Amino acid sequence: MFARLGEGGNPIQQLRGEVDRLLGDWVEGLAPLVGSGLFGSSAFPALNVWEDEGNLYAEAETPGLKMEDIEILVSGRELTVKGQRREGDGTDEVYHRRERGTGPFSRVIRLPVDVDSGRVEATLASGVLTLKLPKAEAARLRKIQVKCL
Amino acid sequence: MVDSAVAKKTAEAEVAQAERTRSGRAYRPNVDIIENKEELLVVADMPGVSSSSIDVKFENGSLEIHGRVPVRQTPETRYLLREYGVGDFYRSFQVSEAIDASRITAEYADGVLTLHLPKIEAVKPRKIAIKML
Repeated sequence: MFARLGEGGNPIQQLRGEVDRLLGDWVEGLAPLVGSGLFGSSAFPALNVWEDEGNLYAEAETPGLKMEDIEILVSGRELTVKGQRREGDGTDEVYHRRERGTGPFSRVIRLPVDVDSGRVEATLASGVLTLKLPKAEAARLRKIQVKCL
Repeated sequence: MVDSAVAKKTAEAEVAQAERTRSGRAYRPNVDIIENKEELLVVADMPGVSSSSIDVKFENGSLEIHGRVPVRQTPETRYLLREYGVGDFYRSFQVSEAIDASRITAEYADGVLTLHLPKIEAVKPRKIAIKML
């Protein structure tokens, strides 16, 4: 079991996490659960998820983040991507425009099948985070040979 | 700085409004524009771009950023969740501050482009010493 989202966070975030998790349990299949943090109303990071026969893949754009800023937790069918984007520490500066969010973020999604959490691979290149999540043995599509008698 | 309206990255993205010579969709990168004594800093989120495929143009006070993004997934990909599109980044600005165009520098790291636009000497604030008579 991993630390639940919102632990140690503010109560509203905790509540949101709880509600979204309940909804996620209720809605069949892949339901985005929660996005929180200082990145505006839309969940950060935005995720693209796709699959092939043996794996699920999740991709997120996380510009400005290094691997040590990102934490990935996989437990059964729950995938959590959380982390923090640091703020510039310049003094004597004036911001004319500030569109790039900073601060902590956390995103939980429910995966459609169980994945083998021990073999999850994560790569980060040019601000693009890619996760390869091997489907658990039991979740793999098996072709059954039908014998003609 | 005034900014031309270009498509937002997520969901119901629109097409860039500035005319471009290449077809296809372009997304508007999020930027921070920061001014200090020495320079204007333009920091743009442009994930998935390779540094060799970024064009930065500065002409007559118009700053143009264009980053080409190679396709990452095949068109046959079976998506379960699709919250953002992948495509080129484009954005342009009218820079009203006086910039020394010859000394503009740029760097790209972790999906973030940082442009340094040094101010021309004359516009830097100068402290004027007042002589006591």
